[in-house]
Amino acid sequence: MSNKSVHKTGLQWLGLGLFCLALLLFTAMLGLESYTITSDVLPEGSNKYQKAAIAKAAKDLDFTGQTFGSPFEVKSAYHEVFTKAQGALEATFEKSGAPDDLGEWDFKLGDGYFKDQLFPLIRSSSTGPITANPWLWFGLTFGLGILGGLLYILPKFSADPGIKNDHIYHSPLTRGLTLTWRSVFLGFTIIGVLAYGVTYMSGQWVWPAVTAGVAILISVLIFIVQNSAKHTPQRSASPDMASGTLGILGGTYLIVFYLLLYWSPYLITPWVIMVNPLTEFLSGGSASQWSVYGTLYTVIVLVMGVRMWSKYQHNKYQLVRTGSVMFFQTGFAFLIPDLMSRLGGPSVDLKLIWPLDYSFFFDWNLNSLLDSGTFGIFLLGWGVALIVIGVPVLTYFYGKRWYCSWVCGCGGLAETMGDPYRQLSDKSMRAWKYERFIIHGVLVAAIVMTAAVLYHFFTGNAQIWIFNAYDIRKWYGFLIGAGFAGVVGTGFYPLMGNRTWCRFGCPLAAYLGLVQRYKSKFRITTNGSQCISCGNCSTYCEMGIDVRYYAQRGQDIVRSSCVGCGVCSAVCPRGVLRLENGDDTDQFRADETRAIHITADSVGIL
Amino acid sequence: MHIVIIGNGIAGVTAARHLRKQSQHEITMISGESEFHYSRPALMYSYMGHMRSEDLKPYEDWFWEKNRINLKRAWVETIRFNEKQLVFADGSTMNYDKLVLAVGSTTSYYDWPGQDLDGVHGMVTLQDIEAMERHSEERLKRAVIVGGGLIGIEMAECFHTRQIPVSFLVREESYWNRVLPPDESTMVTKHIQRKHGIDLRLETELSEIWGDGDGKVKMAVAKGGEKFPCEFVGISAGVKPNIEWLSFSELELGRGIKVNDHLETNLKDVYAIGDCAELIEPQPGRRPIEAIWYTGRMMGETVAYNILGKPTPYRPGIFFNSAKFFDLEYQVYGSTPNELPENQSWFYWQHPTEDKAIRLYWSKASKAVLGFHLMGIRYRHEVCEAWIANETNINEVVEHLGLANFDPEFYEEHEEAIVSAFNAQEGTSIKLKSKRGLSGVQRFLKKLTSKSTARV
Ligand SMILES: Cc1cc2nc3c(=O)[nH]c(=O)nc-3n(C[C@H](O)[C@H](O)[C@H](O)COP(=O)(O)OP(=O)(O)OC[C@H]3O[C@@H](n4cnc5c(N)ncnc54)[C@H](O)[C@@H]3O)c2cc1C
Ligand code: SF4
Repeated sequence: MSNKSVHKTGLQWLGLGLFCLALLLFTAMLGLESYTITSDVLPEGSNKYQKAAIAKAAKDLDFTGQTFGSPFEVKSAYHEVFTKAQGALEATFEKSGAPDDLGEWDFKLGDGYFKDQLFPLIRSSSTGPITANPWLWFGLTFGLGILGGLLYILPKFSADPGIKNDHIYHSPLTRGLTLTWRSVFLGFTIIGVLAYGVTYMSGQWVWPAVTAGVAILISVLIFIVQNSAKHTPQRSASPDMASGTLGILGGTYLIVFYLLLYWSPYLITPWVIMVNPLTEFLSGGSASQWSVYGTLYTVIVLVMGVRMWSKYQHNKYQLVRTGSVMFFQTGFAFLIPDLMSRLGGPSVDLKLIWPLDYSFFFDWNLNSLLDSGTFGIFLLGWGVALIVIGVPVLTYFYGKRWYCSWVCGCGGLAETMGDPYRQLSDKSMRAWKYERFIIHGVLVAAIVMTAAVLYHFFTGNAQIWIFNAYDIRKWYGFLIGAGFAGVVGTGFYPLMGNRTWCRFGCPLAAYLGLVQRYKSKFRITTNGSQCISCGNCSTYCEMGIDVRYYAQRGQDIVRSSCVGCGVCSAVCPRGVLRLENGDDTDQFRADETRAIHITADSVGIL
Repeated sequence: MHIVIIGNGIAGVTAARHLRKQSQHEITMISGESEFHYSRPALMYSYMGHMRSEDLKPYEDWFWEKNRINLKRAWVETIRFNEKQLVFADGSTMNYDKLVLAVGSTTSYYDWPGQDLDGVHGMVTLQDIEAMERHSEERLKRAVIVGGGLIGIEMAECFHTRQIPVSFLVREESYWNRVLPPDESTMVTKHIQRKHGIDLRLETELSEIWGDGDGKVKMAVAKGGEKFPCEFVGISAGVKPNIEWLSFSELELGRGIKVNDHLETNLKDVYAIGDCAELIEPQPGRRPIEAIWYTGRMMGETVAYNILGKPTPYRPGIFFNSAKFFDLEYQVYGSTPNELPENQSWFYWQHPTEDKAIRLYWSKASKAVLGFHLMGIRYRHEVCEAWIANETNINEVVEHLGLANFDPEFYEEHEEAIVSAFNAQEGTSIKLKSKRGLSGVQRFLKKLTSKSTARV
């Protein structure tokens, strides 16, 4: 029996063990705390009447003083308390109206308040090992995870230089799913997100329905109008059935993680409590679920960045580029914003660009920038300059890679944590058709949404014909910002590849891509006729570009989706591909008819 | 008109694509090995788990139907050339108006005793890879590989990834030294020897293979008697045109199927291309059979013109090739013999610590550059080809050597070092004037185009 996995040393097994232990503790710690309700932790309401009503209801129902074993129990008990307080205020209002000139809705307790206060309530009532010892738990999870990861990764530096893709399609972690299984996972996730969307939009089903309609329309266009039904892909990521068991497990874990992070943060307060000391140390403020996410994200980019270095030791482009995403994540996304808030200014990630940063033109952001004096104005100018000057100019000279695979945070995660899954991107023509519809659709949606938001900002009028600017922006944030970029974008790494979001969803990538496709010096050149059509380039293209299709004809590759990660060039066994910035007037090099297989005088016949 | 192509390798497929591009004739492509075309040089990657077998297919399966190229999976047993008819293994027949033979090559065996045992395989077909997989899964603990060519080293790499120890028996005193010049051959030899678990045996030839009594391989025995216990013997002592099944017909055969300059055989309306074709009059300096990927592709394109009544002689242009020996990339352009011919000079530079080297060839008399031989460095096909085609003076080539560099961005450029080593050898005082980069290349190529009409 031969060994269908890469040889691991004892130290590496130890590292793997430690990492798994850390992951186990990280998961298990969510159940370790208990929750003691004291009068100090009760929500205060927005005025003394609400506060009193909540306190009374809590006392009447014996909520105060109780200790609960899980956040679920707290939630249901508190829900009773809340309903009771709500009822009491309602009754007072019916009887005698609101005192102190309070408006009806300032006096009564709105439903939204319950949701908003759940997280702070649970967090502040939390007691137990994590609250007692956050640094210890930080060490046991983050520390042990980093240690295990590095023990596993560092020995790889001693390997010979060269392509290291052995056994990727033998491993149950990285081999992917069949087209059918993948569609099942994707289908259920989409339906689930849309269904939850109805609740999220407080019962309004219009936007979820519109979204479903658009999805169906695109599928009809592709399958029937463009005839893809007859062209079932054979080259989707699809080894036997669902044998990529660890990949499925990993994907599910990530999906659940994102669901909790975005929509049920009250269930992950132990993590927040754990990172709180670090956040306080860095920013001076207290932690939220986003601090957990930011810390985890940065640590993963760094550790998996080291892995990337070990894997591509022989390739300087990969070393520099990976260093760049590690730097931008740690500096720009993680440390600088914290520093900014320590200095009391607005805290922003200076490398984020609209429309990826879809909330840039939201009223609260504009107001906060406008209220922050010269620095705020500078930040506003910086953000706008990136959109109108930075993107076109830099993309003209270097292609969209300057952002997507050198700077961007989503790209940074995809290129580090996502690298083991890059081969799972679908290379079929059908996938390319979906890509073009969806990504440009999201770009249009982002522009429309932003226009509505700005219309509201300048006119003060939120209602545009039958549409409401708040609803549009809320739905965009839910569907694209959380559902697409997070749940599907990252959760599907082990199922659909590491650039699912960047390829199908990111509106900034769409914008950068249009510049790259029509006005840029960047291209991937192919080395004459040296290609042997082996397919390594296409297989390892995370953006699902069928690189081989071009390479085997000696055509230059000028595609809007290419993020310039350079891996095709790194894995090509015949030295065929090179990422280059050249003279963009030479468009014939990318022509379909460019045939240089036989010598010039015979080609003349064509 | 019904054009039938036997063989769906690169030669057959290229012919079919170009025929379709330029005509509306009925096209049928037949292969016994697989329904769909796949990249033969990529076989190793499916065994090593870099790709799934479907990734080896350069076109999606619907491509053929969409382009109205009929595919038939069957073995052709005989051809009745007089009746223009093929006979399949199951007895059925098919008629053709024009026939293209693109039947490739097969592993060469040299009548070793025991070569029919279970566990003796080449690595040329999908079935070979499946056999390797099956043996690896079942009982393979040690493997022996016979013959030091390009396929042998790929087989060795395959087993290496599965941590199966390999004894690699090579007849020569240094790896592939019939093709590689001495320094490069030494470099590759050392590269192989550094690989853990690969026991490279130079100057060792297979004499026979012993079975275990159940018809399975147990031992390979070298000339001189050394024994290598193993469960698998990989054969890579070269390939030969797949023509045995065509003997006893009117078709003129030599080592391969004899074809003229227009890739026509001695029989009317029958052509042969790719690995199986033997040129009666090859271009000067070229071999009659060049069993490489690029030959198949260029012949496929050429034969399409010839079939469609646009007589086009086969002109493969300036030779080029590439390969990879474990982690060591190899590229050549032009003529790069392993021994220096009388009327030529060469220059060799090797990196002091890494496996990187370059060798330049030029004519003593005219100083025209003749060839580039590269290890661990990528050079640009277009540029090298243009220099050779234009018989550029070697000094000018060296002066602009950076233009040819095709290594990825940020890679160290060694041309400065190369130029000073060249100066030291030749007593010249050339200064490097061009560096790596597409813009310079584009200017260079444009200038050439305006100077000569020979290039498009
Ligand atoms: C492992 C390996 C690695 C290689 N690496 C390289 C490389 O790196 N670079 C390079 O230049 N070259 C390489 N080569 C050589 C290259 O693959 C061949 O030169 C090329 O594939 C030849 O193509 P072809 O179309 O002539 O024939 P083939 O690809 O051999 O196709 C012939 C087809 O004809 C079919 N056929 C034959 N007889 C019949 C019949 N009677 N009935 C029906 N069908 C029939 C066979 O099924 C086969 O599919 C490599 C070869 C191997 C085996
Ligand atoms: S460009 Fe390189 S990796 Fe891509 S198919 Fe050609 S030889 Fe293979």
